[in-house]
Amino acid sequence: MSTIDCIILTLVTGLPLLGALLLMAAPNRDRDIRWFALIVTLVDFVLSLHLAVRFRAEKIGIFQFEINRQWISSPNIHFHLGIDGISLWLVLLTTFLTPLCVLISWNSIHERVKEFFILMLILETAMIGVFVSLDLFLFYVFWEATLIPMALLIGIYGHERRIYAAVKFFLFTMVASVFMLAAIIWLYAKTGSFDFVTIQQAIHAGMVPGFIAAAPWLFLGFFLAFAVKVPLFPFHTWLPDAHVEAPTAGSVLLAGVLLKMGTYGLLRFNVGLFPEQARRNAPWIMTLALIGIVYGALVALVQPNLKKLIAYSSVSHLGFVVLGIFSLTQAGINGAMFVNLAHGVSTGALFMLAGILHERRHTYEIKEFGGLATPMPVYATFFLFITLASAGLPLLNGFIGEFLVLAGAFQARPLFGVIAATGVIWSAAYLLWVYQRTFFGVVKNPKNSALADMLPLERLAVLPTAFAALIMGVAPIIWLKAIDPAVGYILQPFSSLAARVVGQ
Amino acid sequence: MNPNLYLWLIPLLPLTGAALNGFFGRRLSKTGVSAVALAFSGAAFLMALRVLLSLSSLTLPYVETGISWIRSGSFHVNFAYYLDQLSLVMLMVVTGVGFLIHIYSVGYMWEDDGFWRFFSYLNLFMFFMLTLILANNYLLMFIGWEGVGLASYLLIGFYFLKDSAAAAGKKAFITNRIGDFGFLIALFLIIQHFGTLDYQKVFAGVAQLPAETMSTGLLTAIGILLMVGACGKSAQIPLYVWLPDAMEGPTPVSALIHAATMVTAGVYIVARSHAIFDKAPTALLVVAVIGTLTAIFAATIGIAQTDIKKVLAYSTVSQLGYMFMACGVAAYSAGVFHLMTHAFFKGLLFLGSGSVIHALSGEQDMRQMGGLRKKIPWTFWTMTAGTVAIAGIPPFAGFWSKDEILWRAYSQGPSKIIWALGLLTAFITSFYMFRLLFMTFFGEYRGKLESGGQAAHGHDDHGHGSPGHGGIHESPMVVLVPLMILAVLSIGGGFINAPKFLEPVFKTQVLFLEDHAAGKTPATEESGDKGTETTLMIVSVGVALLGAGLAWVLYLKSPHLPGQIANSLGGLYRTVHNKYYVDQLYSFFLIAPLIAMSRKWLWKGIDQGLIDTVINDSAQGTSDLGGALKHMQSGNLRSYAAWLTLGAAVIVAYMVWLGVH
Repeated sequence: MSTIDCIILTLVTGLPLLGALLLMAAPNRDRDIRWFALIVTLVDFVLSLHLAVRFRAEKIGIFQFEINRQWISSPNIHFHLGIDGISLWLVLLTTFLTPLCVLISWNSIHERVKEFFILMLILETAMIGVFVSLDLFLFYVFWEATLIPMALLIGIYGHERRIYAAVKFFLFTMVASVFMLAAIIWLYAKTGSFDFVTIQQAIHAGMVPGFIAAAPWLFLGFFLAFAVKVPLFPFHTWLPDAHVEAPTAGSVLLAGVLLKMGTYGLLRFNVGLFPEQARRNAPWIMTLALIGIVYGALVALVQPNLKKLIAYSSVSHLGFVVLGIFSLTQAGINGAMFVNLAHGVSTGALFMLAGILHERRHTYEIKEFGGLATPMPVYATFFLFITLASAGLPLLNGFIGEFLVLAGAFQARPLFGVIAATGVIWSAAYLLWVYQRTFFGVVKNPKNSALADMLPLERLAVLPTAFAALIMGVAPIIWLKAIDPAVGYILQPFSSLAARVVGQ
Repeated sequence: MNPNLYLWLIPLLPLTGAALNGFFGRRLSKTGVSAVALAFSGAAFLMALRVLLSLSSLTLPYVETGISWIRSGSFHVNFAYYLDQLSLVMLMVVTGVGFLIHIYSVGYMWEDDGFWRFFSYLNLFMFFMLTLILANNYLLMFIGWEGVGLASYLLIGFYFLKDSAAAAGKKAFITNRIGDFGFLIALFLIIQHFGTLDYQKVFAGVAQLPAETMSTGLLTAIGILLMVGACGKSAQIPLYVWLPDAMEGPTPVSALIHAATMVTAGVYIVARSHAIFDKAPTALLVVAVIGTLTAIFAATIGIAQTDIKKVLAYSTVSQLGYMFMACGVAAYSAGVFHLMTHAFFKGLLFLGSGSVIHALSGEQDMRQMGGLRKKIPWTFWTMTAGTVAIAGIPPFAGFWSKDEILWRAYSQGPSKIIWALGLLTAFITSFYMFRLLFMTFFGEYRGKLESGGQAAHGHDDHGHGSPGHGGIHESPMVVLVPLMILAVLSIGGGFINAPKFLEPVFKTQVLFLEDHAAGKTPATEESGDKGTETTLMIVSVGVALLGAGLAWVLYLKSPHLPGQIANSLGGLYRTVHNKYYVDQLYSFFLIAPLIAMSRKWLWKGIDQGLIDTVINDSAQGTSDLGGALKHMQSGNLRSYAAWLTLGAAVIVAYMVWLGVH
């Protein structure tokens, strides 16, 4: 392994934080600050590409680009980073979306610009940290560290009810995280280590005293923290409020990355550390996911507010992810990880598009719009493209993941697969209906008749997402190549279950 | 050794055209846009022709494997293409009729501002449709399947300023998704049991299975679920409701997508999956019943429509039902034969109706037409060819395929009722089509337009400059030539012996055929059948002529009669005229309750009522937390920020402390 491979994860994770620190000392020149944030996030994206290029999918069962240094001797905390085929793409999703968030905030944030970008950069480091940490304590620190900048982004730069939304967001996730912390501390007390790999091996070898009795509670502790973050029904009510009030970049990162921390955690910790518990609890978790899919879609259908609609559609899409994970099948988890990425890209894009409209009309109320295809044809085209991606049209990114999740769920529990598959109807219904109400017909509200079409900067921010949506749909193999073996490894403890499943 | 056919290029060519016009069409001249669209769809046709011409040197089925698309465990899907006699027939129909309609559209859409957009969508449609028919596996097929749905959505809603057009596009897409839901479940069943979606592997797997005689079983389930998908795409009961509304799209779209090609995809997939249906008689019966019921049901609605395109739309639904009826009695080749002839004559009839509508500056109500045969003679004669073809009058194309279906329904169907309803449908079809012809072209002109256009525009040679408006005028050559070619095909297309050509594809044994023929020796069957076949042929020609005659009586000889009949029928007539109120029933019993439930119970009830109340209350109940929440909710930004900072500071301090120790 070359030197760069050893330090690359530290670099990718730390660079935004370093940028934030430098910004703190920088003079208050908004223009320069924006450029600086853009450059930092872009460089970070380019650095992260190194991970994708040098990643070796055939190396199964080990974390790559690993770095493991003792940080604190007592308690035994390590600075242990590493990625597998699952976290790899989540890191890239984060580094891909953050520069776009800088672009989309370029003109829409004009007060406290410096603080805004500082928060965003800190947030990026925290998010990446969550995906690369292999030390449970470190993971928890990063996990909680995402809360603060996000809550501040909502609370300071949000809309009318921003404080309520920020507090709700903060309390929901904070309270839930406490349970995870308790579980982590229990594991540390019994194993003397926060190290993920060490703990995992100890558990699988049956070397953790009292584990059998504690496992259900540990599983539940992690599960609560992650379920709220996902958010899984019925823990989802913070999400619509948070989205509606958040500034555009906040929504993009919230939906695009923060929610994925929940699904990532479910797979890495709940499934990875407690396979037996995962198998036992799968039925009711899948039930909640299923409810989320249908419920989220139906509630999205009747939302009068564009952003709330997208938020509820996220509840529905993330339901697919959880359903796929707890199907505990190769297809299901592959699909879940792919939906994670696809949803990040297309919902991120949808929030950017909603933000562009808000810039012009200062509202998200759908009834305020109508006929926008006439004044804003380019915008309408982008919106349609992303809408179709989100609705799971084949050859765009939404389809593959959903298809695999459904196939996996069907293998595990046919009835679940059947009910979840109704999602293809609901998503078409709420997406095409909102599209019709927003873009088709003649312009009836005079405020809409002369709206400016997408500006170059806005196009620059949305275009990469549209491009990614297309590539992911046409060549999902690029992503699946790394995901598939990693998922296969996670599923090894389930081999007795997996053997039944065709397609292994 | 097969020559390389470069099948993958066939769909890719129109995609290139779609992309070029999509990205640059706005800046191109109309001539440039047409050149691009015609060049790429024409090239696809030429490549298809090349395949047809090299047929003698080909061993079918021919498979072309491309790059890997999906990999998950041992489940793989490639971009791979498959050609056999069935896909070849489809290929010729889609590229041939498709190319003709592209040419027609240049004339028809010339005046439209969205010219470039139209051709981009049209080429996009070709890409997806060709992917659908050339795919080597169900999932690649599904790309095309969904993709044509998208193209259909875009083209139905082409005039998106019209609310009705926008709504129709959405309705089409969502209704299709209901079918796709069934289709997906079928795919999951196939994956689960065969571990692959490749046609050849799946059918090889199916061949290993015993036939299912009971009403339940894997193949029966797969077959019925595939049929659910087909019901959506091919507008069968109960999912047909989108197709009549789809007439909001420009007329060439109705001809290409909603008559000749896309809507036949369901028939194609049933025929393609015949290995499955052959072993699942119950599923086959479902296909037959749905097809037959749709055929007769839609035909009756066709009688009472006054919009020329709506008549043709219900006629299409009905004729598609005919094709399913054929498949349902395991006469797949007859079904595909009818698919082909139908593409000729229904494509022609739609294009002809477009020419009529153009001549009348947008009028679609047949009550405002009449006497047009002298004013637009080319349109009249070509549409007459289409009408006699669909009516099943020999020796025109529709006669051969329809007769084949009726004969097979009689001789090998599970019940003679299917045949009887098919025959009745043939009668009604002939009636409403001649009604259309007579109302449009015969009698006196009943509209408001000046008929002075005849003198000024009567010549066929007037170019694009004056497809204009004002008087009643014949369409330009660019519109008429496709009509003429399709008219020739409608007249002579029946002589293409498609059933014979398709034989190698459908050669597998059919279960209940054996049951049916049990007790008869092949020889007696043969000779006895010949006599019956001739009798039935005479009967079916008879009903066709009867239908035409009735239309002649009612709409030419005594045009006052239909009104009187309608009045005397009262409620029954209104019910039929209003399409049996099916749309209203769906809206009242399904859509409205769903939306009300989602809003009142799920969102306001559970989300805002139950969950949020519980959480807020429990937060309030816990005095500290509640206090904090209340305090923070007061909206003081600084106190809020202070809270967060405090939390952050505690964490950081703890970390530092840990680091120091």
